[in-house]
Amino acid sequence: MTNKHPLDFEKPLVEIEKKIEDIKNSMPDGAPATDELKKLRRKAAKVKKDIFAKLTPYQVTQVARHRDRPYALDYIEAVFDDFVELHGDRLFGDDPAIVGGLARLDGEPVMVIGQQKGRTTKEKLFRNFGMPNPEGYRKALRLMHLAERSKIPVITLIDTPGAYPGIGAEERGQAEAIARNLREMAVLNTPIVSVVIGEGGSGGALALGVADRVMMLTYSTYSVISPEGCAAILYKDAAKADVAAKALKITAPDLAEMGFVDAVIEEPMGGAHTDPDKAARNLKASVLEALADIRTDSLGIVKNRYEKFRKLGSFAEDAE
Amino acid sequence: MVWFRKKKVSSTDPNDRSLKVPEGLWVKCANCGEIIYKKEVERNLNVCPKCDYHFRISARSRLAVILDEGSFIEHDEGLIASDPLEFKDLKKYKERLKSSQKKTGLSDAFVSGVGAIDSKKVSIGVFEFAFMGGSMGAVVGEKITRVLERGAEAGIPALVISSSGGARMQEGIHSLMQMAKTSAAIARLRELGVPYISILTDPTTGGVTASFAMLGDIIIAEPRALIGFAGPRVIEQTIGEKLPEGFQRAEYLLEHGMIDMIVDRKTMKRTLSRVISMLSGT
Ligand SMILES: [Zn+2]
Repeated sequence: MTNKHPLDFEKPLVEIEKKIEDIKNSMPDGAPATDELKKLRRKAAKVKKDIFAKLTPYQVTQVARHRDRPYALDYIEAVFDDFVELHGDRLFGDDPAIVGGLARLDGEPVMVIGQQKGRTTKEKLFRNFGMPNPEGYRKALRLMHLAERSKIPVITLIDTPGAYPGIGAEERGQAEAIARNLREMAVLNTPIVSVVIGEGGSGGALALGVADRVMMLTYSTYSVISPEGCAAILYKDAAKADVAAKALKITAPDLAEMGFVDAVIEEPMGGAHTDPDKAARNLKASVLEALADIRTDSLGIVKNRYEKFRKLGSFAEDAE
Repeated sequence: MVWFRKKKVSSTDPNDRSLKVPEGLWVKCANCGEIIYKKEVERNLNVCPKCDYHFRISARSRLAVILDEGSFIEHDEGLIASDPLEFKDLKKYKERLKSSQKKTGLSDAFVSGVGAIDSKKVSIGVFEFAFMGGSMGAVVGEKITRVLERGAEAGIPALVISSSGGARMQEGIHSLMQMAKTSAAIARLRELGVPYISILTDPTTGGVTASFAMLGDIIIAEPRALIGFAGPRVIEQTIGEKLPEGFQRAEYLLEHGMIDMIVDRKTMKRTLSRVISMLSGT
């Protein structure tokens, strides 16, 4: 079975997959598949397709947060070569919730930076659940400036519930760190490609996301607030997270349709964790394509990026 | 279609209901609890004469405190929220907008234009906290961006006075991206060497703090103003303990090197005038 930790809504699929597993176990090794087995496999594929073709936005959120979902370092390992991790903001510390460093993408040197979550309890605590402190954002900016001087592109992998809301984070200027990244990324004179690989949690995600091309994996999300947070504040009921997720329009297809995301990177049916290699191949192809595309921009990178973000946000205007 | 007529700027604007005081002749100070004659508070620029607590005041009252009388010319009044997500929680976003418009007489949570401080021209914008908690949607973000652009074009200092709970959830990603848009505009202003002054008042949190508000060449806060990225309640829930006294107040930020100075309402105009003069080399 490819999916070790199925989500609630995958139950119908799990039952079929368990039957398949039982039949296989009762058969001698190398025996040809019986008709029953073939039929069950076809059924499993169909059920999987039916489930994933109509995931609700809150179900997508659960896939985006899946415990087995590939994280930044998994993609760095699978997509890039020769990764040299660089540490520290030169001001206070090194934030394990953001990783970054030099790497090669198809031979070409790049700076790759991403939010990093942990898988085991110990790792989760070490990575602070992917919630960066100011020093993480400052490290990221230091690496981006180095990339600019070295004339190499920046690739960011976004995956965070949000910037960490803690005493130390406030004390050291969480807001200032995020704000500075937004300002500096806007005028960074080198190509920037951002991919939301899991959770795009508000300003803490955007602080790595002011890019020439912003892309999202199919089952990732990008939102001004978490569905749970929105439900608690606006619906006065945290259990309304599914309703809030729908209202906020946080899925890749919705954001692409509204023009906030340039491309949706196709994820394997069932989620990136069911076939991480395929997810990595798709991500690599899309990033290479985006980089090639950015270099053909006629107005110049910085001017184009400015225009791109200048336009974002809908409102009406009456002539005075 | 003009929904909202220009109003004469006055510090005792009768439509000013953002003032956190009950109707009547007397008000109770939210800080020291003293019951004070309302007129006395108003004469004191809505600062408590007993404890120096700075009451939240309306956008227009702020302009009146800072700008030369009659110098303000409003711009971008025609910008109106378009409800891009057709958002509805317990109430429709459209209805929330309508009731805030009725309550404040403003089209959205920001008033902007050009004015003068001791005859020095400035491009200025002010948040209206009474309008949906001063939240920043696409209209507010666009107005701020235009304040900065107007400053850049005319080569006059840009000023933004914040009081905001952060991004406006009802506009989802449209509001989030205002953080990037406004910060990019500041990058341009910096390249031109035009000063940008950010004034933080109670409260300034969330996506507003984490973008243009903390990017001032000069950052000034009002006494005791709550300023932070995450709200105190969110932090308390996350760490599971009580926050220290004075945490995220203006004095705390000054101590931690995050702001240039704390200036009270009475000396704000004079301080701005001095700073703007020297920054422009005169
Ligand atoms: Zn008082």
